[in-house]
Amino acid sequence: MGWLIDPFRYPFMQHALLAAVLIGITCAVLGVYVVQRRMAFIGDAMAHTTLPGLVIAHLWGWNLAVGGLAAAVVTAVGIAWVSRRQQVKEDTAIGVVFTGMFAVGVLLMSRTRSYRDLSHMLFGNVLSVTTQDLYLIAAVALVVLLTLWLFHKELELTSFDPTHAEVIGLRSGLMRLLLLGLLALAVVTGIQAVGVILTNALLVTPAAAAALLTDSFPRRMLAAAILATTCAVVGLVVSYFLQASSGACIVLACTVAFALAGLLTAVTRRTHRAD
Amino acid sequence: MSEPRFPYSRGRHADPVPDALALTTDRLSVCYPGSDRVALRDVSIRAPRGSRVALVGPNGAGKSTLLKAVAGLLPVAAGTIRIYGNPLRACHHRVAYLPQRGDIDWTFPITVSRFVLTGRYVHLGWFRRPRARDWEVVDEVLDRLGLGALSDRQIGRLSGGQQQRALLARALAQEADLLLLDEPLNAVDTETRDVIYTVLAELKAEGKTLIVATHDLGRLADAFDVTIHLQNGFLVEPPENDARDTLVTEGAVWAG
Repeated sequence: MGWLIDPFRYPFMQHALLAAVLIGITCAVLGVYVVQRRMAFIGDAMAHTTLPGLVIAHLWGWNLAVGGLAAAVVTAVGIAWVSRRQQVKEDTAIGVVFTGMFAVGVLLMSRTRSYRDLSHMLFGNVLSVTTQDLYLIAAVALVVLLTLWLFHKELELTSFDPTHAEVIGLRSGLMRLLLLGLLALAVVTGIQAVGVILTNALLVTPAAAAALLTDSFPRRMLAAAILATTCAVVGLVVSYFLQASSGACIVLACTVAFALAGLLTAVTRRTHRAD
Repeated sequence: MSEPRFPYSRGRHADPVPDALALTTDRLSVCYPGSDRVALRDVSIRAPRGSRVALVGPNGAGKSTLLKAVAGLLPVAAGTIRIYGNPLRACHHRVAYLPQRGDIDWTFPITVSRFVLTGRYVHLGWFRRPRARDWEVVDEVLDRLGLGALSDRQIGRLSGGQQQRALLARALAQEADLLLLDEPLNAVDTETRDVIYTVLAELKAEGKTLIVATHDLGRLADAFDVTIHLQNGFLVEPPENDARDTLVTEGAVWAG
């Protein structure tokens, strides 16, 4: 087991581990809602649209997370505005807004000299997480998980029966907005771990694997959190020994976990049929 | 029944006006948002407390529209709706609405008992967790509808008739006084049909008011006090061959 602990002698690896686990759990638990409500595309869009915010924050010396969050909010409002009359469908509006925002981000990046500083925004670098970043990540994790716990029954109801919610005076649009807000928070931290392009994997893949394993919503959240934690550790260790991109390794670990879950489901189903 | 400390919407827990009817609509017109077509025009109905009203008419006649408008799901274009003498949305904990089966995502990972529990949410409001009394109500209505043995099953693994009973169970769990049921008997097995008719009779005995959209014309006479015929969004006279002594006229007045 020495080889497993060995990489974590270094403080930067301890930071990375803590960050990856916190981000993984946050994204995975929230992801159970994202997957069930078929919002995966929105998560992807949010991740991409944070890019111009990150670049501008970098250029002007702001905190990157603040820039990313601001861009995510602009996107959410923009999508709601473009699709407000239902002449443009929401998924179309998302497609238009997020590609536009991403292009602005790429344009800004290509105009700056410190192109290499910014490359980790695209692909993430959890190894460069500072203590300050860790505080922010922990705060976001706390806010997201606490909010999900407090509003679970309302989020659950509006997910499968918005009509009943409206009848009892619970506005499903409000809960959707809350979820989009949490999504923006999770995405901004996800970017620190695996970057803009791979962030959606943390939101979707562990939750999708958990959905294969159990029919119960709370158990799905638990399973997704455990899977994400495992994948964060495995991904970091693998990236350490291969000297490869940590973000890519974490995401690939998630992909493998999903494949295993699929395989497990197929096997158990076949055994059931054989019985 | 305790009031929620943080209700989902303010002003939703008004008391009934003494002697007011359970439901009145006065020259009610309703349009669907984003559409110019009037789905319901100048409909006036009066449902006394404890009455059982059947809404009949062909598809697209406005039965669902009327129920949705009373449930507060559609904006009122003209006219008024009064529920126990209060304006719309003033006492919605007293109003339960049973949607058509297609309105719900049955693949959602939730058990039958938790699904029925959502009928209690209007009494809980924000932040309050379900209490022992809420779960008691759930167990009670599940048994009443013959779903007790299926309480831990995921809702998508029920048959169509069982899903229909689960919807009715949820409406009962709300302990509302006015129940709006949209096609509760549509495409159900005979067992479910019998269970639902038994429950409707029990609700009558409990003094609840029922407004039911239905296609099951065969049992109108014994299961309902009054029949309202709708066509193209208008109230219409019952067809000639309907022997029911329903009095439905312009302004639709009948004695309870």
